[in-house]
Amino acid sequence: MKNTISHRVADFLKNFPPFNFLHQKDIETLSEQISIVYKEKDSVIFAENEETHNCFYVVHKGAVTLRNSQENDILDRCDEGDIFGLRPLIANENYQMEARTYEESILYAVPISIFKPYALQNRAVGNFLIESFASNTRTPYSKSYSGKLYGETIGNETLDFDKNLLDIQPVKYSKKLITCYSTTTAKEIAQIMTKKNVGAILVIEDKFPIGIITDKDLRNKIVTGEFPITTTADLIMTSPVITYPKKMTITQAQMAMMKSNISHLCLTKDGTANSKAIGILSKHDLMVELGNNPAVLIKAVKRAKKAKQIKPIRASIMQLLQGYLDQNIPMTLTSKIITELNDVCIKQVIEIALKKMKTPPPVKFAWLALGSQGRSEQLLHTDQDNALVYEDVPEELKEATKSYFLALATHVNKGLFEIGYDYCPAEMMASNPKWCLSLGEWESLVYHWITNPGKNEVLLSFIFFDYSLSYGDRELVNNLSDFIFENIKANPVFYIHLVSGALQSPSPTGFFRQLLVEQDGAHKDFFDIKRRALMPLTDAARVLILSHSVKSISNTPERFEKLAELEPHNRELYLACSYSYKALLKFRTKQGLLHHDSGQFIALEALSKLEKIKLKRTFKTIKELQELITIRFNASNIL
Amino acid sequence: MMNFFEKCKAVLLKFWNKYEISFDEEIPNTIDDTRFVVLDTETTGFDYINDRILCIGAIVLQNNTIPIHDSFEIFIQQEHYDKATAKIHGILKEFILDRPNELQALQQFLAFLGNSIIIAHHTVFDITMINNALERNGLPKLTNKTLDTAVLYKKTLLVSHLLERKDSYSLDELADKFDISKKDRHTAMGDAYITAIAFLKIVNKLRAKKKLTLQQLFK
Repeated sequence: MKNTISHRVADFLKNFPPFNFLHQKDIETLSEQISIVYKEKDSVIFAENEETHNCFYVVHKGAVTLRNSQENDILDRCDEGDIFGLRPLIANENYQMEARTYEESILYAVPISIFKPYALQNRAVGNFLIESFASNTRTPYSKSYSGKLYGETIGNETLDFDKNLLDIQPVKYSKKLITCYSTTTAKEIAQIMTKKNVGAILVIEDKFPIGIITDKDLRNKIVTGEFPITTTADLIMTSPVITYPKKMTITQAQMAMMKSNISHLCLTKDGTANSKAIGILSKHDLMVELGNNPAVLIKAVKRAKKAKQIKPIRASIMQLLQGYLDQNIPMTLTSKIITELNDVCIKQVIEIALKKMKTPPPVKFAWLALGSQGRSEQLLHTDQDNALVYEDVPEELKEATKSYFLALATHVNKGLFEIGYDYCPAEMMASNPKWCLSLGEWESLVYHWITNPGKNEVLLSFIFFDYSLSYGDRELVNNLSDFIFENIKANPVFYIHLVSGALQSPSPTGFFRQLLVEQDGAHKDFFDIKRRALMPLTDAARVLILSHSVKSISNTPERFEKLAELEPHNRELYLACSYSYKALLKFRTKQGLLHHDSGQFIALEALSKLEKIKLKRTFKTIKELQELITIRFNASNIL
Repeated sequence: MMNFFEKCKAVLLKFWNKYEISFDEEIPNTIDDTRFVVLDTETTGFDYINDRILCIGAIVLQNNTIPIHDSFEIFIQQEHYDKATAKIHGILKEFILDRPNELQALQQFLAFLGNSIIIAHHTVFDITMINNALERNGLPKLTNKTLDTAVLYKKTLLVSHLLERKDSYSLDELADKFDISKKDRHTAMGDAYITAIAFLKIVNKLRAKKKLTLQQLFK
């Protein structure tokens, strides 16, 4: 039945192949027969060897992983607009791989019986399907396989497993060519390159590439004074350009760059310099594709113009994290690098949000990361916790200023959501008017917490006092920190509440030293590593560091290391705490990567004996630490 | 020979009986097996007595799937019309010729609805509008079970002193929270679709907390 929903589906499909080869009318007719399927994260769409469905699928939202279960190899990951499950269209046999949602997803199920006539009538559609079935190799996860839609070879297709992915993976090049003419001056060229944020520009004539100018050319030829800034392109370009056809694999591209010792390849329609230039491939693009270098990833994030573009880079960051853990690189270093990368992503999201605002910020502001992100301990994708502080403004400007920053924060929160940080279920986000305040308002709020420490106030202080600056003005943040320290000093009773809060986390072990698991809920029989092991350490570190008035260290292991320095007699315990924390965090991160979640809940049966012992060993340290703060901040000692 | 009114009544009873009989069938007791009908109405206004339904949009939701061909969208011929609300729903008084009258529309709608469980956002409004229309045409009220995404959504929220709960959440707020495109907002079908996806996401969230049965949704 033709209706609003079928239009909606058609509107989406018309942007993606093979549907974009069809007439609008056909897409609309087709859309009327489609079913919209909702799948939770990590649910199976079809299993290996399962009988084929009578439809194939298009990802509307979310992502789907195609996997070969025997080798547990990821064959492909499908994002918005990608199609999968084509087998029933091509061969009359069971699925040869498993399709499972990587995220919560919405899929369009296209009935084969309705679609097949179009595929057979329209050569472009058919070819696309064969090609995507044969070489689903746009992503670093995929391998090649072959199949045919027409002809007799049906059923004859084999899975062709290539061991070396890079050998078969085609390169992704930038299709937006930045070009100039031989008459363009060096100054203009530098301006274009700066504006477009690229390292090389192509000099073209009749769409054919005649030369290339890179950053290096400008440095060597212009900045050295060899040529004046008014020199035209033809005098400084490198010519002729080394050209290649667009169908290159990553390995081929690497080889080509190595062979000619160049950093940019020009891709043309037929691979020669006498055809239309269609793309430029830089060494940088290749490095991003390989995704194993933090510096390259940072650069890629900084180039992103939309939050959506950051999402795939974050996937690479997770791959990098997995690599570090596999190679047993020290946790301190690992968490530093990953935190740095996450910070850059957040900064870029804020930059993008600022560009969306019609005017620059009316006054100085600072974006604060709270909770685990503020403590630089957030390695996995978790919820966002953030707040915003801005300079105090005169009464008459208050409303306008607040609404400006709320609008900005709404953009940022949405952007962070798009790159994979879920919304905070408790609304601890800067777009919530409660957490988007001027310095003065923050001070009176914090003052209220410190002087009226009830349960909520202490909980809020726990979350909030671990803030760190993500973006903006450091001085505002320093002022706020100073204010907090002064007032805590003046109100020692507050410590008692902080301590009792810190001692509230549930105990990790029971009477018989067995690990205590959750009693009910979806995580029944799982061990909650966050609440039972990580939080007691974090909370204790916070109380102790506040009592020493140490500013701007919010990372838990670093806090313990600082404490070891400040209190030499407790040095050993503090260092043990620092070590335990890192060990626990690594535990959690590994679990999280394994299950693509926050790693908070651990299935105990899945742990080896050794791992259980390791886990238990940290609990002794936690217990000693809790005893120390109980004694030190005993009410009678303070009052 | 039956007179005109008796004839009408006979027809009325016939399709109403069919609707009623459908309730003799047992409703499955798992969420996945149940046939839900997610609906939204566009009306001339919010007055239960004077305002009229201009459009009913409804989609079927079963086993996490929405089959598009099995959906229902009907524009209804009405005498009453309010220019003020036209800018919201965008339905002009005469824009579709050949619109069925209220009774015909209800007849088709009941046949589509059957004994399914109704889901809507602020369900009371839509159900009351439909029931009043039924009453005007001399028919009894709907007997379907109903669910309301505005109510269900609140169950997903964190129980915490830190979170200020609102009494009521709009469909726009749900769409923002769940990242559902607001395209076709304020068309009956468009809103029904947003409601359906929101419902799926709510169930998913509730399931993450504990095992969820169909019965629990009604608590």
